[in-house]
Amino acid sequence: MLQKSSSIERHTIAVLVDNEAGVLARVVGLFSGRGYNIESLTVAETDHAARTSRITVVTSGTRQVIEQIEAQLGRLVSVHRVVNWTIAKPGIEREMALVKVSGHGEKRTEAMRIAEIFRARVVDTTLASFVFEITGPPDKLDTFIDLMRPLGLLDMSRTGVAAIARGEGAM
Amino acid sequence: MYAETARTRPQEPASAGALILSGAKIVIRALKEQGVTHIFGYPGGAVLPIYDALFESEGIIHVLCRHEQGAAHAAEGYARSTGKAGVVLVTSGPGATNAVTGLTDALMDSIPVVMLSGQVASHLIGTDAFQECDTVGITRPCTKHNWLVKDVNLLARTIHQAFQIATSGRPGPVVVDIPKDVQVKTGTYESKESARHPGIRPKLEPELVSIVRAVEMMAAAKKPVFYTGGGIINAGPEASRHLRELVKLTGFPVTSTLMGLGAISATDPQWLGMLGMHGTFEANHAMHDCDLMVCIGARFDDRVTGRIDAFSPHSRKIHIDIDASQINKIVRVDLAIVADAARALKEMLHFWKTQNHAVDADALAQWWNQIETWRGRRCLEFRSSATQIKPQLAIDRLYAATRGRDLYITTEVGQHQMWAAQRFGIDGPNRWMTSGGLGTMGYGLPAAIGVQAAHPEALVIDIAGEASVQMTIQEMSTAVQYNLPIKIFILNNEWMGMVRQWQQLLHGERYSQSYSAALPDFVKLAEAYGCVGLRCTSPDELDDKIAQMLAVDAPVLFDCRVDPKENVYPMIPSGAAHNEMILSGADEDAPTIDEDGKMLV
Ligand SMILES: Cc1ncc(C[n+]2csc(CCOP(=O)(O)OP(=O)(O)O)c2C)c(N)n1
Ligand SMILES: [Mg+2]
Repeated sequence: MLQKSSSIERHTIAVLVDNEAGVLARVVGLFSGRGYNIESLTVAETDHAARTSRITVVTSGTRQVIEQIEAQLGRLVSVHRVVNWTIAKPGIEREMALVKVSGHGEKRTEAMRIAEIFRARVVDTTLASFVFEITGPPDKLDTFIDLMRPLGLLDMSRTGVAAIARGEGAM
Repeated sequence: MYAETARTRPQEPASAGALILSGAKIVIRALKEQGVTHIFGYPGGAVLPIYDALFESEGIIHVLCRHEQGAAHAAEGYARSTGKAGVVLVTSGPGATNAVTGLTDALMDSIPVVMLSGQVASHLIGTDAFQECDTVGITRPCTKHNWLVKDVNLLARTIHQAFQIATSGRPGPVVVDIPKDVQVKTGTYESKESARHPGIRPKLEPELVSIVRAVEMMAAAKKPVFYTGGGIINAGPEASRHLRELVKLTGFPVTSTLMGLGAISATDPQWLGMLGMHGTFEANHAMHDCDLMVCIGARFDDRVTGRIDAFSPHSRKIHIDIDASQINKIVRVDLAIVADAARALKEMLHFWKTQNHAVDADALAQWWNQIETWRGRRCLEFRSSATQIKPQLAIDRLYAATRGRDLYITTEVGQHQMWAAQRFGIDGPNRWMTSGGLGTMGYGLPAAIGVQAAHPEALVIDIAGEASVQMTIQEMSTAVQYNLPIKIFILNNEWMGMVRQWQQLLHGERYSQSYSAALPDFVKLAEAYGCVGLRCTSPDELDDKIAQMLAVDAPVLFDCRVDPKENVYPMIPSGAAHNEMILSGADEDAPTIDEDGKMLV
């Protein structure tokens, strides 16, 4: 039977694609058309000469669904390679967030103190607000943001995950 | 945002000997270089330059259909019956959107179709110009790949790659959208060889270790069955030949999906008939009880598997498919082989012979005994009538009257399609054209046109329903214009019979909107189109009328008035397992359909 294991897993998948207009629509359309999840998605050209871009998708599903996602991506003509960092290679994942917090007095000090612990940098400040820049694995960002909520979290912007293999291996 | 033309630009700019042509002429030249003999199309403002180039060119027959959906299905029929890509030419906007059903149909059934569409001039794109639509956006999910060509110098390359992609690996439809200015501008022609897409290298050859493993599993099996699908047809006639040899050599039973009919001859004693929702009792029970399932070029579609958690519970499964994404999609298999069906079968034959494998003869004999008892239920039998034509009888007589002919069958969608699949024995690959995955009413008539255009001397019959056929009936006019003597054999039960059947079985006989209270007089309609109409109302005139139809060298609309109440049996009700079939309307032990079943299609 198909559902050997039906627990939901989260996977980070890198997709090397031709950097041509419409390619993102193909990838995103595949996810929406087949009902797969996208938790985050980043895309940028990574090889100008070869005109290729790397898309990094964080997705979730059962093992079978994840296998299907990889196989379906592999069918797209614009896709050169698909690598599942969660399975294929031990990968490093990083995400960046800009987090705006406003507050006075004790809350403001507390926000600063927590930011130091998380090694978040202050990139903008007024008498009533901070913008922190924080980089790390997504769950570290989640924790930081949760802690900022009661301290006056105003706004935030996250980049989504970028991933790469450890060691000498390359995609 | 639009998909761009081709992956890499031509290396050198136009050199001295380069062939400089208008975009429209590049299109025609590229089609000729691809060996295209027929285009199915419909003109309009945004493709006029291509039509103009076609006007003065020789060697390509343009079949002017009456609707772009008709053109797309005709191209599918052409493709399915020849193994070559079918070509469609349409204008922008409504021309392209009308063809979408045909593209989706081709995607679902893996049919190679190359559609060229006109687009408004490049500088007008994005301005809501007259007859502008986002063709590549609309067709992205219903094609294997598509392109908007913005540079005339990339036009030839894109068209060549379009053919390459449509026909390689698992075949499918592609769209090349060409703005009008690109058709008019001049650019360099590039030949087929230099334009090959470097990234298209489907894995055709099987891993030999897996083949060795597969034949070992086959030799060890006690209750094996081959489950074969449309992939065998797509892999070319050689795949069918290998399959037949392997079936003969092993003595294993074999069943086919709706798309796979003809790969093995319907007269082969080892063939169990079609499987699935309206498959035979013996095929479905063999699938359920087998200990080894060898699936080749099929995809465990829900029409085939029935209730998935009860699907063939005790078998080990081998799955051979050219498309890796089909493996473990619905059903987990024990051995996966990604390969072209013909090559895989060839290797299986080779290793079966050279490793001197033999079947477990006793076990196999027992298995066949069991299968014969299932066969003994004679699940396709029906109650005959002296006064009313039973639709099953009509199919049987049509089959009898056409034995031995060079024959191609197309169908529409509904009960008639299932009766045809169950009873009209298809003897060879590429002889059976039906809309399986999408289930498109209106497919069969235009598909027959495409088949007949490709095989002018053959007998081409569309087994139709009176509701389906009206969806593309206008294509009779095309058949008349091109002297394509297709025979449209309508099982006229006055109902959308398949809908009526489901309403009877699942919705308490509340027949909501499934009766066509007004139907055209098909005989007069035929005459209005300038072809021949025949009507048959009683069983005793059936053979004569069929003979009359076959004697006519012109398109015929045959209005066969059949019992309006007949249902298709056997049937696996939705949500049931393979061994829970309803054998007939009078089946006392039939499982009832529960609320969960109602939610399934
Ligand atoms: C384009 C389209 N619309 C609706 C359906 C749903 N549908 C499936 S079978 C059917 C009835 C077909 O009636 P008819 O052609 O008379 O065939 P019969 O079942 O009576 O043999 C309908 C409406 C479909 N398959 N295709
Ligand atoms: Mg009907």
